[in-house]
Amino acid sequence: MPAKKIIRPAARELLFGNLWEYDPAPESAPAFIEPRYGLFINGKFVPPKTKKTFDSISPRDEAKLSEIALAGPADVDAAYQAAAAAFPAWSKLPGTERAKYLFRIARLLQDRAREFAVAETLDGGKPIKESRDFDVPMAAAHFFYHAGWADKLGYVTPGRTLEPLGVIGQVIPWNFPLLMLAWKIAPALATGNTVVIKPAETTSITALKFASILQDAGLPPGVVNIVTGAGETGAAVVNHPLAAKIAFTGSTQVGKAIQRALAGTGKRLALELGGKAANIVFEDAPLDQAVEGIINGIFFNQGHVCCAGSRLLVQESIAEKILTKLKTRLKSLRTGDPLDKNTDVGAINSKAQLARITELVESGVAEGAEIHQSSCPLPEKGFYFPPTLFSNVSQSHRIAREEIFGPVLSILTFRTPEEAVEKANNTHYGLSAGVWTDKGSRILKMSAELKAGVVWANSFNKFDPTSPFGGFKESGFGREGGKQGLLDYARLE
Amino acid sequence: MQNLQALQKLLNDVGTVDQVGIDERVAKYTTRSIKKNAKVFGLKLATSMVDLTTLEGKDTPGKVASLCQKALHPHDDTDIPPTAAVCVYPAMVKHAAKYVKGTSVKIASVATAFPSGQAPLKTRLAEVRAAVADGADEIDMVINRGAFLAGELQLVQDEISAVVEACGASTLKVILETSELETYDNIRAASFLAMRVIRPGDFIKTSTGKTSANATLGNNQVMLEAIRDHYFETGIEIAMKPAGGIRTAKQALHFLVAVKETLGDAWLTNSRYRFGASALLNDLVRQLVKEKTGAYQAPYTFSESSSAY
Repeated sequence: MPAKKIIRPAARELLFGNLWEYDPAPESAPAFIEPRYGLFINGKFVPPKTKKTFDSISPRDEAKLSEIALAGPADVDAAYQAAAAAFPAWSKLPGTERAKYLFRIARLLQDRAREFAVAETLDGGKPIKESRDFDVPMAAAHFFYHAGWADKLGYVTPGRTLEPLGVIGQVIPWNFPLLMLAWKIAPALATGNTVVIKPAETTSITALKFASILQDAGLPPGVVNIVTGAGETGAAVVNHPLAAKIAFTGSTQVGKAIQRALAGTGKRLALELGGKAANIVFEDAPLDQAVEGIINGIFFNQGHVCCAGSRLLVQESIAEKILTKLKTRLKSLRTGDPLDKNTDVGAINSKAQLARITELVESGVAEGAEIHQSSCPLPEKGFYFPPTLFSNVSQSHRIAREEIFGPVLSILTFRTPEEAVEKANNTHYGLSAGVWTDKGSRILKMSAELKAGVVWANSFNKFDPTSPFGGFKESGFGREGGKQGLLDYARLE
Repeated sequence: MQNLQALQKLLNDVGTVDQVGIDERVAKYTTRSIKKNAKVFGLKLATSMVDLTTLEGKDTPGKVASLCQKALHPHDDTDIPPTAAVCVYPAMVKHAAKYVKGTSVKIASVATAFPSGQAPLKTRLAEVRAAVADGADEIDMVINRGAFLAGELQLVQDEISAVVEACGASTLKVILETSELETYDNIRAASFLAMRVIRPGDFIKTSTGKTSANATLGNNQVMLEAIRDHYFETGIEIAMKPAGGIRTAKQALHFLVAVKETLGDAWLTNSRYRFGASALLNDLVRQLVKEKTGAYQAPYTFSESSSAY
C-alpha cells in the first residue's frame, strides 16, 4: 500500500518570475572618455613629470576605459604653485563675479548631464538611474546653491565678514566621484579659495571630464587644479606646505593618519569618514514604507555610502514581519549591468572592495548570523555582489561593528526606545541614523539622543545642498553644505 | 467617539501608510524602461485587462452594441486580444448580453446606486439582483463612504457582505471611491474592511470615475500592498481594479509594473487585475500597431473619444 500523501497547505509565496521580463534597456548616450588623460594644472592638461600612468577600468565588465596620469610630489607641487599664484586675483574678485563662474559651471554640467551620467556609471559601477537622477543633478545643485552664496558672504554672520583661507587641498572618495567633487569645490570657490583636488584612483574620469567644463566656463587658470593618483599622491596633497586647509572624505583609518600628519602645522582640517548608521524601526511605523527606506538606505549605490543604514534595529515585536517583507522586497530588486536603466543595484566599485565585502560576509556566516541573499542572476564579467541580509545579528558580530561599504544589511532587534538609543550609539561612528515611527514626539526625542550628524525621520539618504552634512566621533568633523559648510571654508574677520 | 475608535482599532491592526513614502515608491515605477518584446507583451496584457466602460445617462442599446463589438475586436489585427469585459449600467446588461454572452468578454455592471450609493440598502440589493438576473457576470458596487467617514465601519462591512450574498455566482468588485476617502490610511483600512468579507477572486477597485480624482499609482500601490498583506495573512487572493484617469498606454504600463513588482507574476492576468477605462483601449491599440509597423498611424485612425467606439 502506498504511503499516504501528506497534504501541506500551499506556501503563501509571491512569484517574482519571468512572465513579463523587461528587455535590456541600456543607456546608449556616448560618454566621450579620452583614451589618455594628463593632469589638470594651471588651466590646461599637462603630462605628469613622473612619466607614469595607470589604467582606469570599468567595474561593470573590467574593460579598460582610459589611461590616467600618475602625479608625483613634483606634479602636486606644480599644482599648488598654480593655485597659490591664482589665489590673489581670484580672492579679490567681487562675489558677483565669482558667482557668475559658479553659475556657468552648474549650467554646463546640466547641459552635459547625460554624458556625465554615463561616464560616472562606466567608471564607478553605480546604476545609470542613480547617476542620472541623483549624482549629476545634485552636483549641479551644489554649484547653483554656492553660486548664490558667493555675493552674500558679508551677510552670513552679522557684523563680520568671511575671508578666504588660501589654497585648499582636497582628497575625495570613489563612491560619489562627481558629487563629492562638487561638495568640495563649490564652497571653496564661492568663498574665494583656490583648490588642488585629488579624485580616487579608481574613479578619476568624471573629475577629468569636469576639467573641460572649467575650461569652457573660462575659469581663470590655477583656480582649480586636478591631480590624479593613489595614496602617495594623496599624501603629497595633504602634506604640501602651501595648503591652508585639507578637506578629506574617505576611510577613518586614512583620516586618522591625516590628522596625525597635520598636527602642529596650523592647517585647517575637515574629515568626513566612515559610518555604521542605525536605521531604527518602531512597531508603530508604516511598515511598507519603512521597508522601502531600509532597502534604499542600504542598497543605494551598492551600499557604497558612508551614511548607509547598514545596521537595522527593529523592535522585537515586528522583527519577523519586517524580515519577511524585506525578503519579499529583495526578490524584485534587480542587480546587474549598471548601464541598464532598469538596474537597481549595480557593480561593486573595485576588485579590492569586492574582496573586502566577501570577507566580511564570510565572517558573518562564520559568527553564526543567518544569511539571506537575492537570487537575481549576476553578470559573469565585472564585480558584482548579491544584495544580502543578515538576521540574528548581535552587537559583537564584526558585521555589526565594522563598516562593510557594500550591499549588506545587518538586522538587530531592540525592546524599548532606550535600548534602541543605547545600541544605535554603541559604535565608533556617528554619521547618520534613521527613525521610523508614527509618533512625532518620539522622533524629536530620538533625534536629540542619537549621536549622529544627520537623523532622518521616516526617510533615509535624503540630501540637499542647503543641509549641512558631517559626523560625530570617528565619523569625522567639519560640515559640508548649508551655511555651516560655507563657514568651514572661511575665516571670520 | 466610539466610532472614531473603530477606525483607530482597525488601523492598529492593519498598520498605517506614510504618504511621502508611497509617493516616492511609485515614482520609481515610472522610471522603468519597457522596450521591444516587453512593451508588446505589456500592451497586450493591458488590453486583455480592460473593462471597457460606458456609464453615461445617454447610453443607448446602440451605443452598448458598438462598445461590445469594440471589446470583442479591438482592431483588425487578430493578434490583439479582446478586452476582459464591458462595463455598463444595469439597464444595459441585457443589451450587452446579446453580443458578448458565450464569448470570453464578461459583462460587468455597476450597481448599488452607482456612483453615490445613497439609496436604501434594500434598493441597492434589488438592483444587484436585477443585474445578475439579466446576465451580469460581474457586479461593481460602491461602498457606503458616508458611513465610513462617520466611523460606522461595521455598517460598511455588513453592507458589503449583503451585496456578496446578492451577487450569487457573479464576481464582485468593491469600489472604495478613494478620492472621497482621501487619505492613504483610510484607503488601506477600507481595503481590509472589504477584503475580509469578499470571496477569493473578488476585486477591490479604486474609483467610480465620477469624481475629480480617480486611480493613481499611489492609491493603486496602497491597495496592492493591502492585497499582499491579506494574502500572506489568510492565503486568500483578492483581485484589483484601478478605474478612471488611466488614459494612455504608458500609464497602463506603469500600473502593470507596480503589479509585477508588488504582487508578482500570479497577478499579471485579467482574473486578478483589470483596468476600468474607455479611452485607454484605443491608445493601447495605437501603440501596438506602432510597435508592429514601426510607425504611428494617422491621427484619425484611432479616435480619442471613447464615445466614438
